[in-house]
Amino acid sequence: MEIVRSQRQLAAEAAAATGGGGAGALPTYRVAPQLEVRLEEFELFAIDRLRVLKGISDGLSRGKRPEEMEKLVSELWKAHMRHQDPAETLNKDIISHFVLRLVYCRTEELRKWFLSMEMTLFRYRFRLESPESQRLLMSEFQLPYKALPHSEFEAVKDKLSQVARSIGQSASVESVFFKVPFEEVPDLVASRRVFLSKGYAYVAMSQVVSLVVTQFRSNISKALVLTNRKWTSTIKEQEKDRLTPIVEALSNAYFGPDYSQPNDAAEISPKDIDQLARTSFPLCMRHMLEKLRENHHLKNGGRMQFGLFLKGAGLKLEDALTFWRAEFSQKVGSERFDKEYAYSIRHNYGKEGKRTDYTPYSCQKIISATPGVGDYHGCPYRHFGEENLRAALNNMGVSGNALEGILDKVKNRHYQLACTLTFEATHNVSCDTGINHPNQYFSESQKVLQAKNQTVQNQSST
Amino acid sequence: MEIDGQQQQEDTAAVPKGFNADYLRIYYGKLFPYGDFFKWLCYGNDGKHPGCDQSYIGRRELSFTLENDIYLRFQSFDSAAELESSIKEKCPFKIDIGPVYSVDPAKRHAYAQSGNNVFAPVERELIFDIDISDYDDVRYCCSGADTCLDCWPLMTIVIKILDTSLRGMLVCDFGFNHILWVYSGRRGVHCWVCDSRARKLSNEQRSAIADYFRVYKGGENTSKKVSLTGPVLHPFLARSYTDVLKCFFEDKLLHSQQLFSSEERCNKILELIPDENVASELHDKWQGNRRSSISKEDVNAARWEQLKMTLQSGKHKAQGLRRCVEEIVFSYTYPRLDMEVSKHMNHLLKAPFCIHPKTGVKPCSLFFVQLTCFVPIDPNNCDDFDPAAVPTLSQLLGELNAAGMQIDSESDWERTSLEKSIRFFRTSFLQPMLKACKEELESAYNAKLQQSKNALNW
Repeated sequence: MEIVRSQRQLAAEAAAATGGGGAGALPTYRVAPQLEVRLEEFELFAIDRLRVLKGISDGLSRGKRPEEMEKLVSELWKAHMRHQDPAETLNKDIISHFVLRLVYCRTEELRKWFLSMEMTLFRYRFRLESPESQRLLMSEFQLPYKALPHSEFEAVKDKLSQVARSIGQSASVESVFFKVPFEEVPDLVASRRVFLSKGYAYVAMSQVVSLVVTQFRSNISKALVLTNRKWTSTIKEQEKDRLTPIVEALSNAYFGPDYSQPNDAAEISPKDIDQLARTSFPLCMRHMLEKLRENHHLKNGGRMQFGLFLKGAGLKLEDALTFWRAEFSQKVGSERFDKEYAYSIRHNYGKEGKRTDYTPYSCQKIISATPGVGDYHGCPYRHFGEENLRAALNNMGVSGNALEGILDKVKNRHYQLACTLTFEATHNVSCDTGINHPNQYFSESQKVLQAKNQTVQNQSST
Repeated sequence: MEIDGQQQQEDTAAVPKGFNADYLRIYYGKLFPYGDFFKWLCYGNDGKHPGCDQSYIGRRELSFTLENDIYLRFQSFDSAAELESSIKEKCPFKIDIGPVYSVDPAKRHAYAQSGNNVFAPVERELIFDIDISDYDDVRYCCSGADTCLDCWPLMTIVIKILDTSLRGMLVCDFGFNHILWVYSGRRGVHCWVCDSRARKLSNEQRSAIADYFRVYKGGENTSKKVSLTGPVLHPFLARSYTDVLKCFFEDKLLHSQQLFSSEERCNKILELIPDENVASELHDKWQGNRRSSISKEDVNAARWEQLKMTLQSGKHKAQGLRRCVEEIVFSYTYPRLDMEVSKHMNHLLKAPFCIHPKTGVKPCSLFFVQLTCFVPIDPNNCDDFDPAAVPTLSQLLGELNAAGMQIDSESDWERTSLEKSIRFFRTSFLQPMLKACKEELESAYNAKLQQSKNALNW
């Protein structure tokens, strides 16, 4: 039974924003809301918005087309943010945005990610608005661009039509165009979706989204920098017992199952490990097993990452001790193993010290690791050079177009997608949810293989 | 440097070909145009007008590569004299120009803390780098860093297309005015767009321009690297095709590269046709013709005509074939930019008037292209530009010798082939640009004055 916690106005923080609120349903987040927010809402609203943003991130890295993204955004918003009462939705919308500003203002990389996702969210929500609502929003962004006067329009009509046709639209030209310095619409210029002349881009009404989004991005970008300053100078310290821990936890949030309690049905034993590695381990774990077998040793980072993974996969403590001892004793002797390494294995299983039952690392955590000399942990899609990665994937039986597809994802730094594609290539199935956790890879793999065995059994029994 | 038939002037004063620190020392001592170089990079801020930013030039990064590949970054200078003495003293084998930073690069460590990164690039010319070795898959006469009169025109094409788009008179996309094209000493061209509007572009905007120009997407796992979708071409591409690329391909490249003269070369073109049937139809037709007595010249033109007719005839209206002829022409001729150079403000690029230190000697080409100077190219006369005629280091030193050792060090370059280049640099680029800079500085200053006056009015 929770007491309502102390209330606090959010107006004090993120004081960077200026200007008005939002026209209608789509806020522009110009000013921090003068609202009272309950502490639980502070966190919960942020988490729901984060689910939307992460869903968008996932959609983008999967290369979804604009129409698909529009649908995805609509679905994500409905699932996590919509409330029966539109006023409540707006409330949650604004609050969650400002909370996440606090969370994501703190480093350059966080700011970049947040900006990119909010921009995309805004873009697709804008597209879903009515033309009237769009016009209102445009004026709110003070885009001082007047519609092209008729005479000028006539002069360039042919070229405008040519551009429209070149991007697969109908030849009949829209009637409303804006003449805008090309610097304002970089994405339209980059994809040659506008006619350029003497430094101006001729932007169709339907393309106005691009204009609006650029402004939106610029506003939020500036606000984030100011928020960061405020955070660093006053808020972080002021709120160190209340908001700060929440804010810091949110930036690392992982939203899937944590595999801390492997279900009892899934048990593995040391003798299965080599076989399982071949069929069901993701590359990071395969690699560590290989190195462990080769060197009879793994450094701490590897022991943690691999050890916890095995735990999540169903390796019981006694078996884990057997497994590690079998390898390590070949290098350091079983006495030293018992003295120096057994303790930390038991610690991982929650049998020592403060008895925390440690959770196997998610992909996010693994990707952000920084393996040093002699380390074999971390995400191989991130840290392997191209040649090594090719060889490793070849060893897994991946080649040809599938291999190139994976390398392409790696080049664009979509490491989890690369792993997902590896899964799809080695198991001959598609994995729509994407890989977020090595143990997920393992259990999905096991599922697929068991289903295959079942089919084979069924076939052979008929 | 030798060109068939031409005699080396003043044999007694001739300097043996080569490149070493001594030659370079003389070049830096007597020929490098410090004043013009400095004036350029100041963009008018070296004047006395109160609107001038005295800190501007000191915030520009230069980098020197010394003998033995010692690399010095974040060099900066507050005066032409300082620049001159540093270069003369260090005798860099390479000089690169970087961006103008928010603070003097020499003081950057004092500012790089707390993740707020107050040390960041704030201005940088919009630059393009085109390397002829990126065209190795479509030229048969040379490869790597070598170039000859048959393949050099590919660079001329680049200049024509980009220059028109950047600043054309009648038709133009971007509306820039102050552009410097430079022969990059061995194997290509650099383009420096110096308008203040260009210098202030963000990385995202630079990327957008580079992507606007990008057609050729190399490096993927397919042989077809040009894909022109859509029923018609964007006006920029259409114009490039009709005004420049089509006739260059048909009138020049077909013959100079003998594009259809062997099975291997024909197949390379056939690979670009997405329809297997059409490709093999043409292949078989040409197999049959191999033994005929058509002269080499005619074979290329004839087969090209056949290919065009087949692709553009009524019976092959398949989607992928619509733009196939254009795609082939674009594949072989359209500019291939190094995207990374243009996209980031902090990219360092070789400075004009440097000497390129590596030799590119190809015994069977018409000339040796070696140790040449990075000289400006006149885009209005780029067809006449001959990379072979670019002054080399040894040639320049020979000319100096021939002119006699006079004390007047100001105008030593006037007695050498560098004279033409420097004059061109001044009249067609530097002076108009500095005039524009001055006007801009003054009007910006006046606007600020007005603003503060207004603020004081109640």
